Amino acid sequence: MAERLLEVTNLSTQFFTYAGVVKAVNGVSYTLDRDETLGIVGESGSGKTVAALSLMRLVPDPPGKVVDGTMVLKGRDLRALNDEEMRAVRGNDIAMIFQDPMTSLNPVFKIGDQIAEAIRLHQGKSKREAWKMAAELLARVGIPDAQSRVKQFPHEFSGGMRQRAMIAMAISCNPDILIADEPTTALDVTIQAQIIDVVREMQAQFHSGVILITHDLGVVAEIADKVMVMYGGRTVEYGPVDGVYYNAQHPYTWGLLGSLPRLDLAEKTRLTPIKGQPPNLLLLPAGCPFSGRCGYERPECRDNWPELEIVGTEHGVHCQIPQAERLELRAQLPRFKAQVA
Amino acid sequence: MSFLEVQNLKMYFPIRSGILKRTTGHVYAVDDISFSVEHGETMGLVGESGCGKSTTARVILRLQQASGGTVTYDGEDVMSASRAQMQRLRRDMQIIFQDPYASLNPRMRVRSIIGEPLKIHHIGTPAERRERVVQLLETVGLTAEHADRYPHEFSGGQRQRIGVARALALNPRLIICDEPVSALDVSIRAQVINLLDDLQDELKLTYLFIAHDLSVVKHISDRVGVMYLGKVVEIAGSDVLYDFPQHPYTEALLSAVPIPDPQTERTRRRIILEGDVPSPANPPSGCVFHPRCSRMQPDPCQREMPALEGTGDAGANHLVACHFATRYPQAPAAAAAGT
Repeated sequence: MAERLLEVTNLSTQFFTYAGVVKAVNGVSYTLDRDETLGIVGESGSGKTVAALSLMRLVPDPPGKVVDGTMVLKGRDLRALNDEEMRAVRGNDIAMIFQDPMTSLNPVFKIGDQIAEAIRLHQGKSKREAWKMAAELLARVGIPDAQSRVKQFPHEFSGGMRQRAMIAMAISCNPDILIADEPTTALDVTIQAQIIDVVREMQAQFHSGVILITHDLGVVAEIADKVMVMYGGRTVEYGPVDGVYYNAQHPYTWGLLGSLPRLDLAEKTRLTPIKGQPPNLLLLPAGCPFSGRCGYERPECRDNWPELEIVGTEHGVHCQIPQAERLELRAQLPRFKAQVA
Repeated sequence: MSFLEVQNLKMYFPIRSGILKRTTGHVYAVDDISFSVEHGETMGLVGESGCGKSTTARVILRLQQASGGTVTYDGEDVMSASRAQMQRLRRDMQIIFQDPYASLNPRMRVRSIIGEPLKIHHIGTPAERRERVVQLLETVGLTAEHADRYPHEFSGGQRQRIGVARALALNPRLIICDEPVSALDVSIRAQVINLLDDLQDELKLTYLFIAHDLSVVKHISDRVGVMYLGKVVEIAGSDVLYDFPQHPYTEALLSAVPIPDPQTERTRRRIILEGDVPSPANPPSGCVFHPRCSRMQPDPCQREMPALEGTGDAGANHLVACHFATRYPQAPAAAAAGT
């Protein structure tokens, strides 16, 4: 049995704005074990980034606030920690790689300074030692000529190299949990492949749990063990990667999978897009946030948020439609038709 | 003669430095590329950032004056067309831009945005133009009520629909789509791709479809050209290209795309390219891909850029720019069938 690193239960984060309350994350639960990778998938505004920021307690307050739930990291509830204790957790126990390596590095400090900062802070090393470690870390994430590169500024690095430097910074204190928020979205595919490779290697070396936030179902299929699909602040489906891809239960998951053009399939099937527009987060219904775009909804969907229904090993879905009926509907979809045949 | 012929097209941007702003070098954004597009087909152009694909689009439409080469549209030379000729040609050749947030003027109502091309080309009376705008909105899946709103009132996907409506206003025959779906979420992306597909069937449009997303390009294109550092390195029918890539760059690019299927992902072989794309201001000698290529031989690869040529009898329509292309295992039957 793998070591349980993190248990998030019923997490809710809201933003109190002049226009109203935005329920960015609404009753989300998940767990993460050592050596495990969890993919959080969703489109812009689905709450996936806020779910991760809440864990780091980095949601700007005001206007944001974690209003409910527990986040237990190796037996300690992160919500109960004071600011000083939380600072010790950040970087040391949980580290984060941000989406945009251009804006998340400080342009006026050398790369070495920025990596050494965390090492000096959390491990109490001298400046000299920390710099030495910084160079070693850069070499480890695959930056050639690390000894001289460590003395350079971010603008002297390419996009891929900056993201490698971000990873070096994140792993510098050997964190238990590595959160990667869209780590490859700003990068070209060939560079993306390099970065995914580095993340995977680092995980193998440091035995971290990885939370990968992305909108790219391809990247998730490649490296995740389990997936959480989010829509409008809610988890609509959660389970092992094979379960969610081959035995998808929620109409939104079907929609996501059906919207993707496939590189590996020869015949050209017409895409089945999700109709309608992304929801206005201020006006989400009390029930299922996907009602209105779903296409299979019932009158009760708008007002009732269904309980988690277990459909397989650690595979759950929040959907009102009875399972037998759901499977029948799914069999009609082009993508799943092909799968049956 | 093809519908659109691009021959030896070059676009070099000068790099100026010093107080006298003397030209000290060039960025070789597009360096001697040739391809053609047939009437009614979709030609895809893929490549990573900085490979020159967007510059190619701009130069073809003469939004930027090329440094050399010719573009022939339906028998007419675009590069040397007079002002009057160009105005007529612009009716036929339109563009859809990548960023639906930056390409619509935030101070104009949708009615004026879509109606502007009609006004510039003096088409119809104001009343007729109003009617045409409504008709265009309906064509792209919006409604007449949307005409009096401003761009900020729309979501990304709806804005891109407005961009499409504007491109369609003059009944063009060729539309250059420059990353039209890159800024959109997955579910909305599929809507816009389907819309472009439908419009092509209905209006007999020819597309030059530029994108970095290989799965989208494969889905929409009949033929695909792969660009790297200002050069076209491979052109083939889209199925052939994806099933039997000949150029090592194409191969690496295809293998790098993650496929949304966990079992496939577990068994796939991935080619990971070393390093980054070199600067187009200082491209490598010989074959532009040689510093990252696994099959590189110092001679001839470092010495000479290979020409873009057909790959033997089976691959007359499968063009590759690689010194070692012919040595690759061929699959003649499939290659011939696909092109």
